[in-house]
This record gives sequence, C-alpha cells and structure tokens, in this order.
Amino acid sequence: MRFNLEIWRQFDRESNGHFESFTVDGIDPESSFLEMLDQLNAQLGREKQRMVAFDSDCREGICGTCSLVIDGYPQGPRQVTACQIYMREFTDGATIKVEPYRNSAFPVMRDLITDRSALDRVIQAGGYISTKTGPQPDPNSMPVSPETQKEAFDAAICIGCGACVAACPNGSAMLFTGAKVKHLNLLPQGQPERTTRVIGMVEQMDAEGFGGCTNYGECSRVCPQEISLDVIGMLNREYRKARKDEQPAHRAKMTAQ
Amino acid sequence: MSEMNGATSTNGNGLPDARIPDGPLSQKWRTWLDAHHLVGPRNRPGRSVIVVGTGLAGASAAATLAEQGYKVKSFCFQDSPRRAHSIAAQGGINAAKDYANEGDSIQRLFYDTIKGGDFRSREANVWRLAELSANIIDQAVAQGVPFNREYGGSLATRSFGGVLVQRTFYARGQTGQQLLLGAYSALEWQVKAGNVEVFSKHEMLDLVKVDGRARGIIVRDLETGEIERFAADAVILATGGYTNVYYLSTNAMGSNVTATWRAHRRGALFANPCFTQIHPTCIPQSGDYQSKLTLMSESLRNDGRIWVPRKPNEERPPAEIPDAERFYFLEERYPAFGNLAPRDIASRAAKHVCDDGLGVGGTGRGVYLDFREAIAEQGRDAIEGKYGNLFDMYAKITGDDPYETPMMIYPAPHYAMGGLWVDYELQTTIEGLFAIGEANFSDHGANRLGASALMQALADGYFIVPHTVTDYMTVDHGDVSTEDAEFGRVQDEVEERLQALVDVDGTIVPQEFHREMGMVMLDKCGMSRDAEGLKEAIAEIRRIKADFWENVRVDPGIEELNQSLEYANRVSDFLELGELMCFDALRREESCGGHFREEHQTEDGEALRDDEDFASVTAWGWGGEDGEPVPYDEHLEFENVELATRSYK
Repeated sequence: MRFNLEIWRQFDRESNGHFESFTVDGIDPESSFLEMLDQLNAQLGREKQRMVAFDSDCREGICGTCSLVIDGYPQGPRQVTACQIYMREFTDGATIKVEPYRNSAFPVMRDLITDRSALDRVIQAGGYISTKTGPQPDPNSMPVSPETQKEAFDAAICIGCGACVAACPNGSAMLFTGAKVKHLNLLPQGQPERTTRVIGMVEQMDAEGFGGCTNYGECSRVCPQEISLDVIGMLNREYRKARKDEQPAHRAKMTAQ
Repeated sequence: MSEMNGATSTNGNGLPDARIPDGPLSQKWRTWLDAHHLVGPRNRPGRSVIVVGTGLAGASAAATLAEQGYKVKSFCFQDSPRRAHSIAAQGGINAAKDYANEGDSIQRLFYDTIKGGDFRSREANVWRLAELSANIIDQAVAQGVPFNREYGGSLATRSFGGVLVQRTFYARGQTGQQLLLGAYSALEWQVKAGNVEVFSKHEMLDLVKVDGRARGIIVRDLETGEIERFAADAVILATGGYTNVYYLSTNAMGSNVTATWRAHRRGALFANPCFTQIHPTCIPQSGDYQSKLTLMSESLRNDGRIWVPRKPNEERPPAEIPDAERFYFLEERYPAFGNLAPRDIASRAAKHVCDDGLGVGGTGRGVYLDFREAIAEQGRDAIEGKYGNLFDMYAKITGDDPYETPMMIYPAPHYAMGGLWVDYELQTTIEGLFAIGEANFSDHGANRLGASALMQALADGYFIVPHTVTDYMTVDHGDVSTEDAEFGRVQDEVEERLQALVDVDGTIVPQEFHREMGMVMLDKCGMSRDAEGLKEAIAEIRRIKADFWENVRVDPGIEELNQSLEYANRVSDFLELGELMCFDALRREESCGGHFREEHQTEDGEALRDDEDFASVTAWGWGGEDGEPVPYDEHLEFENVELATRSYK
C-alpha cells in the first residue's frame, strides 16, 4: 500500500512547527500505524534526513505512551490507541494527517512528542491512598461487592494517555481526574481521604491550565479505555459535597489536649 | 549485616558469598531482619538512594524508601513513571493465602517455584519470596488495587500454569496495570511529600564507582540531550529484563539492557544470561515489518484447550475439524497438568508440533487455543467476565472474533530469568549496587512460573530491598560529590560512545540491525539450542556488530531529543549481551527449564538435567572489549527439597 503523510514537524518547545509531506510505499496492510512510521524513518535514515520523532512503548494499548492525532482524532478514529491501528483500515493511496496533541497544558517537545507531566502532578495532588508499606489488614476483613469492584475498575483502567484532554474543545482533564476520583472514592480504603483527594486534584487541574467540562463528550468518545462520562458526574458530585462538608479544622485544640 | 559490608568474602572460586543467613529455612529472613542494623529516623534524610526504573520493583522500592525517610531520586526513560512495562502484565499475582481452601501454604508455593525453575534457584531466596507473597496482596488492596471479588465481597483467585491450586489473584486481565498504578500512586504521594524526586525521560547510561562502591550514575536527559551526573549513598537498578535481545518479544519497544549491562562492564557479574522464557500464548507473527509481539495471558489456558489438526497441511477451517482429528498435544502428553503445563514445556511442545508440519495460520507457526467447550459449558457471559478484555485485544489485533473461532497462538520471548548476580541482600558484586525485580537473576531459576514476576518484583521492592539498603547505609561510606574525578571520567566515556555512534554516519537505522540480531538469537539461542548453532550465533553476532559500527544511521544531534541515538545505543549493548548469552548456553551442557540443549534430552524429548555438574548459577565477568567473558560458579545447596526429575505428566 502507498500513503501520503502530512506530518507535524517541530524542532523543540520554543520553535514554530509546520506540516511536512512524505510518501511511503510498499506498506503491508497488516502493519500497524506505528510500524508504518518506523518504515518512514528507515527511509529517512537511508536518505540521511532527520527522522520523525514519535513516542510509543508497549505497542499493545496499555502503557498510554502513544500521543498522536490521526486525521484529527486523538489516538485515531477508532477509539483504540494509535499503536492498535492497522494500515488495513486505510484506503490505498490515502493522505493521512498526523499531529501531536494540541493543548497548552501539553507542550510539544519535538515533532509528535508532547509533555504530559501535568497529569502526573494531578495525581500527586491526591490520586492515592496514603498508606505506608507495612502490615495491613487482611483484604477479606473489608469486603467489596463485585458490583462496586466493577464500577471502580471501569474507572481505574485509565491509561493516562491524555487523549481526553486533546479531544476536548476546552482542553479539560476532567475525564482523567474523574476516573481516578471515582476509582478511589468508591472503595472502602479510599474513604478517609475522600474530601481532600477531590479538592486537591481539582485545584491542581486548574493550576495546570486545563479547562472545565461543558458536556461536549468528546473525551469519552475518543477514550481508548471507553471510560464513561459518568466519572465526570461523580467528580462534580464529590467536589460539591467536599466543599459543602469542609469544616474549619480544630487541630490546635486537639493537640492541646 | 554491617560486618559483611567490609572486605568481601568469597565462596572459594572468585564469586562473593551469597550471604545466606544460618538457621532453618523458614527462619532465615526473620533472623536476618532481627539482626540487621538500623538508621535512626533523624539520620535518614541525610542518606540518599538512586532508584533506576519505575516498574513494579522500582516504584515500590522508591516509594517505600521515601516513606522510611530517605532522600530518593527515581529515574525512568518513559515520559511518566506509570508507563513502565510492568503495566502490561496481564494474568495475576501469586500468593500463598489459601483463600480457596485447598491446603495451600508457603511450603507449597516455595516448592512449586523451585520445581518450576527446574531446581536452579536458591532455596533461601525462594522461601522468602513465598513467605512475603501474602503481604503483597494486603498492601496492594490497602492502596486501592481493585482485585476481582467473589459475590460475597472476598478476593477471587484462579489457577495458573505449573500448579495444582488456585493461588493467583487478579484484576481482570490487567493485574500488572493495577498493581503498577498502586505502586505509582505510592510513589507520587512521596513526590508530593518531598521525599522523592522523579526524573522522567532520563536514561541511565553508566554507573559511577568511587573507591570500589557504587556512588552514582550518569544519565542523559532524553529531551535536551544533556548528560547529567547524580550521586547517592546507594544505587538500585530496577530496570527490567532483556528479552528485547530477540527483537520480536512481548517487551515494550523501549525495554533494554543498558543500565544492567553498563553496570556489568563496571564489574557487576551477570548471572545465567541464557535463562530466558519463551511464553507459549502470544499472537503469532504476521509479517517481516512487525515490531513487537503481543502476549495473551496464560490465564486463558484455564479454560482454553490447545490443539492442532492431526493431519499435516490441514486446510479445513477449525470448526469443521471433528474432535477425533484434533491433536490436544498438551493434554495427551501431560495428562496431570494438561493445558496448564509450565511455560517452557508448553512452548517447546508447540514448537515441536509446528516443526512436524502440524502448525496452523499463514506462517504455519501457530496452534489453536479453543474456547468452544468453555463457552458451551459456562456460557458466553462467564467467559467474557474472566477474559473479556483479552478477547477484545485479540480481536483488535487480528480482526478475528475469538468467541466464534479459536484463537491462534505461538510462543514468543517474554521474560529474562537471568540478570545481575545478587546475594541474599539483593546486592550485586559491586558494593552499594542493588538489583531488584527482573533485573536480577534471583528467584526463578531456569523457568519462571506464571504470576510470579509481579510477586517477585513487589517482594523485592516493598519488603526486601528497603531493609537491606538500610543495613548497607548504617555504615557511613563518606561524602561523595558529582565533582569527583570519577564522575568526570565516566561522563567522558559516555560522551565518547555517543559521539562514536553519531560519527558512523551510515544509512541503516538501528532497528534493522536489531531485527537481524534478533533472528539469529531466536533461531540459535531460543527455544532449543545446540553447540554448533551457538558457535555459529557468536560468529554471526560479531559480524552484525562490526557491520553496525560501520553502517548504523543515527541523526546527528547529541544535545537534543534524538530517538535514533537512544535506540542505537541500546542496540549496541544488546549486541554485546547476545554474545554472552550464547557463551552461557554453550557452557551449560545440560537442559533445564527454558534452556533446552538438543544434545541433552531424554528418550521422549524431555529436558535432561545434569545435577552433578550444573546444579549451579553461572555468574559471568566482563572480559573486556576484545576478551572473552569469565565464568564463576555458585553451587546451589538443596537442603530442603530433593532434586527430582521435573514431571508434569
């Protein structure tokens, strides 16, 4: 198969970028989209031209490293990660546009590689249960119904790829944040920090420059893990409740006793 | 213990003592813990540790050491610590909790692991692993890891290969992801607390020793290309395994041997490099352009039946082949374990039927994994509940629906049992350098059982290395600064090597050399090996290496983001490792676990061990650029188990 590629080239964070056109030929329909890019780079290498930088790692859809926008869709048109797209899905001779995620919270490092460390900082603001390594209660002492487990799990499977942010007209990270809040706030172990978690994560999200949700639903539409918009509903409810329940702390008094 | 921190004793042939505590097997770890030295809480912030790698082992170690109060610097080449390749582990994690009420115990998990490893691992290490297994589950649940639950809300378990009990805990087919996200969240909590600094997109390129001890690392910032120095009181390598030496493997594209290999070149011995695992249930290769293989969890073998047509070159679709004409080769050959035979045995059996011309699929290198009966007996919903995401993944990749037609699978390189030699304290032969998780050689012998990698990585990271590093740090090894001349010298060497790669100025991208060497390794040092082939492989690899240094293409800029430079640098190390693996496979004149030498087999084609000469670990020393590697043996003492022929029949 033969394809025309329009690929975003940008030297580094500070430079301006532009689209560059390439043609690849002799592509096996069973090769994946990223394997097609590998072949483009082999061709560029032979011609001693600078190869196209793009990120990938596991190439089986779980690590979340892929961050391409293919023909306008973050992670591609089929709601799977870019590494799980195969060339058999394109028409021979097609022109394909490949861009990096575009969002002010995800600066471009080079070509198709973006910096998504903002998502790590949202997790640092509360996406955990503060428990040290050491003796813990037996898990069966705190039963969790399979229904609750399933609901928490369906949120916990987020791979942190950031496609939700890239797809959102507001550049919102609420699907990502909502997924983590839902996962932890549904489980018994997550209850003690339920309030501080949601407040911390929402504040960090704002500080990173992510926008708010206005119910476009594009995030869930592109999410390779098919995380439901419900997590944003839960995030909003948890946040409202947390703000309402916020009580002034009486720590000084407690310590004095 | 601290008195052992001084002059290194040896076992008489140049290899340091493994420092296994005295006393009965079940008391050794307790004895060690009770006697080890402590650093007071107020002194801990003054001690620093570097942890390289943020997979299950690295993230859990970094988080735990930080919780204890040490200053930790954590490094990963990925753009976030959450993306380390542990994320892709599917099936589960073993623990001797006996929730299924089958009489399971630490003793049984210990014995299954020793036997599964074909009696080539240390008793004391494996016992400790089994002993700590239950704590890992408790820890993960406390972190919010959503393991599968039974209707009453208790944890669910299932079976895995090589065992007769259900001790595998799982989170659908994404157990590695959920456990890693648990460890990652603990790590990020400690980042917030100010105890850990994470350096993402930073790759370790060398180890710095000062006065013989590991005191720091040289890294490259993969975005800016800047070479940076970091110093610490101890260095932990949690950099994973090296099966990408085969090019096509289930490992991530970035998984590499560079950190452990550079440590090896600085004096850390490399143990049992030829012990690699070829996993039986992977999606078969479909073409030459392919960049990696995808694993389908071994848990599928709980309900899927593996078969090939009895007739060579069968052309009928699988549904039209009657039962009598199907060869359920694992069930026939290993009736006791059937489709749940251990990985090495299942892989070799699949290879043999394909060698005999019975293989299926476009390349003839595939066997069926059939759920027809399981779906008929249990219903589609039950199967979907257990394996839904695996079935979806298979359908996405192949375009076939496994609910309707059998899956096709074939073995693929998956895991490295070999790695840096470590003693009982997980310290390498370089003082102050520890290796944990897949990066070390310790617990799996010649074959790893399913669901044991996650267990070992987390046992090392949460429960072992934080204590043994503490013990190491009770001795003040003196201040060290990155201004030390040694840091400068090592940095110069790193920069020279990178410059040399750029200076080749060839036209062939690193991936092509990688593919070429991978084919040699898979063919001659893969599922079966013989002396002649191994010698040929060494010559082939040397030729590819020379060609690589003549013709490799690397984009010119070193001080910028340069993926071809990253890749070429990793391939240059794989080329050196590949040669060592062949030397190791050649020297081990026996068959055991994943190491099958054609010359050493029983009449019916099973592995034939030689316990007289090879009940040992081979730890290799670096022989220099042009020299040959130097082997040292650690004899394995078996005081608690009897060396038996490993039978799954």
